[in-house]
Amino acid sequence: MFLIALGFLAPALVLLAGLVLYPILYTVVRSFFSADGGAFVGWDNYVTMFTNDSTFTAIRNNVIWVLVAPVACTVLGLLFAVLLEKIKWSTAFKLIIFMPMAISMLAAGVIFRGMFQESPNLGVVNAAVVAVNSAFGGGDAAYPGANPRTDVGLINDGGVIASEAAVGAGTEVNFPLVGVRADNVPASAAQAESADTASADQITGTVWLDVVIGGGGTNGQIDDGKTGLPGIRVDAVDASGTIAATTETDAAGRYVLAGLGTETYRIALPASNFDEGYQGVSWLSSGLITAVIILSYIWIWAGFAMVMIASGLSAIDRSLQEAARMDGANEWKVFSRITAPLLAPVLIVVFVTLIINVLKIFDLVYVIPPGASKPAANVIAVEMWTVSFGGGSNQGLGSALAILLLILVLPSMIINVRKFRQERKS
Amino acid sequence: MSGAATHVRGKKTLARTILGFVDKGVVNAVLVIVAIFWLVPTLGLFLSSLRTVGDSASSGWWTIFTTPAQLTIENYANLLANPTITGSFWNTILIAVPTTIFVVIFGALAGYAFAWLTFPGRDWLLIVVIVLLAVPLQVALIPLARMFGTLGIFGSIFGVILFHVAFGLPFAIFLLRNFFTQIPAELLEAARIDGASDWRIFVQVILPLGGPAIASLAIFQFLWTWNDMLVALIFTDSGSQPLTVAIQSQLRQFGSNIDVLSAGAFLSMIVPLIVFFAFQRFFVQALLAGSQK
Repeated sequence: MFLIALGFLAPALVLLAGLVLYPILYTVVRSFFSADGGAFVGWDNYVTMFTNDSTFTAIRNNVIWVLVAPVACTVLGLLFAVLLEKIKWSTAFKLIIFMPMAISMLAAGVIFRGMFQESPNLGVVNAAVVAVNSAFGGGDAAYPGANPRTDVGLINDGGVIASEAAVGAGTEVNFPLVGVRADNVPASAAQAESADTASADQITGTVWLDVVIGGGGTNGQIDDGKTGLPGIRVDAVDASGTIAATTETDAAGRYVLAGLGTETYRIALPASNFDEGYQGVSWLSSGLITAVIILSYIWIWAGFAMVMIASGLSAIDRSLQEAARMDGANEWKVFSRITAPLLAPVLIVVFVTLIINVLKIFDLVYVIPPGASKPAANVIAVEMWTVSFGGGSNQGLGSALAILLLILVLPSMIINVRKFRQERKS
Repeated sequence: MSGAATHVRGKKTLARTILGFVDKGVVNAVLVIVAIFWLVPTLGLFLSSLRTVGDSASSGWWTIFTTPAQLTIENYANLLANPTITGSFWNTILIAVPTTIFVVIFGALAGYAFAWLTFPGRDWLLIVVIVLLAVPLQVALIPLARMFGTLGIFGSIFGVILFHVAFGLPFAIFLLRNFFTQIPAELLEAARIDGASDWRIFVQVILPLGGPAIASLAIFQFLWTWNDMLVALIFTDSGSQPLTVAIQSQLRQFGSNIDVLSAGAFLSMIVPLIVFFAFQRFFVQALLAGSQK
């Protein structure tokens, strides 16, 4: 009997002993030796772990991960699982939310790296952020890159485009500009037109894009096919630098500065017309990178929590909830007093599984951050790879980090064994 | 709800029906928004993979809706003409398929022993397996890299398979043992009275009845191995690397390699997605049956 059992167990036992148990012992011993394994160093590697900047960042980030990701996934999963029961297309919804579980973390990483790119022209998240911002009036018409035509008496003075000479009221100052990207010209812009003749207390003029699409026209002249630039702020600045009058151009690019005195003024288009405007958030910078990676993790694992909890919900006896509803309990009471306590075992399994998984997080952190924010995003598993294989070649410290991970999952192991023993007894 | 209750609480029920209706509308709306949020990332990757590098460098994938002329399968054509990518796609299959087969066979054998055979130390051994469920594979990276180097299999597909099989076994044994114990004892007794050996019982009773559990395990293990990057990153070289490793090497220049990255990432997703949509019931069962991996 014993020999038969051994026959069935042999392949698994040999592999587990040789490729899992023996390596654990080896790594424990190795963690007390130096980088090249030549010298016994006692607890040095473990001390280094908590004093070395990059390793310490990794440990600190792992703490953030463990505190945020499992809770977020479980809460979202619970919410989805409860709401699911109220819709008719629950199967489709489940598939959509659960689908990211099937793809590799590498693919998920590529997806999120692309989504959170900084330029609002490339990253969909910043595109949305900028769109929302300008919908609430944040983004005025902006013409980044604009410059005056040369030899027409205009200068670009550190971003401010202004007339070279000061002029008196009653004159006309025109601003033929180039270098404005076509997609920055708003749809409201019309054919450029000459301004009305200025009265005694006015200075008038036109700001236009001095380019005819498809070629033609004379530089510096308002020709057919040249567009006025609307919404540009125009200031009349007196000799002391005070702004004496200010206005904005209309759809045809015309402006009228009125109420001017007898002094001379320089006409200036302030730099705010030509800066980039609001460009969204630097998601992949050091400050936000961990938040973005955790978001990608939630995208993948909320589905797991949802599926587990939904199947837990379907196993619950519904008569209790119905009885409570009959007695007039509202939905929240039914959920918090009856459903949630009955779900507790499932919630614990989901939570423990996620903690074990989050502690070992590697691929997403390896893939998503660009070079500059890699140090800020570091976690233990990535640091372990870096110091032992990715150029660090300090396998002593690497072993110590692996053992740290093992120690961190110990409580979950104990929970697993306890649960197994309880199930046995009952 | 019974007729009497409706009658007694008629007013309240009407109010609740109206509330329930509003409630349902809100829930539907919220979940539609959530579903869109969950779909956009994958959709974005897919549409990016259908645009040229030049287009991807100057505008976002959503511009494809206004200028559909951008659509091109150029990236996929280039990818399939690239021997590094096609080779690594083949390697991924060569790693994932044998790993799945070995994990299932060894796991089923041991699962049967733990479920139906009595031998000294069985419970303790089972507890060791349960403890090993949660062991982070990081603890084996350094020693196995060294061991495989000595054996001359470091950098080979065989080495990666060995690693995955060893770390897949605790879950496989745990899952199949739990399922096998639920097979009615009478069936095994009947076979035993007919004089069947343990081997015959295993092949003719356990394996056929354990079909669904074995399918769940196989799908789970296949997806796990197919999607692995860490083990392959260390244990393969340029000749044996799977798709994940080949693609990650393009990450350093994200912008200029977006064609390879997006199409490659999508290529790597196709097989798991097909497996997922075809067999998702089994995949869910594997997770439900004991997901501590």
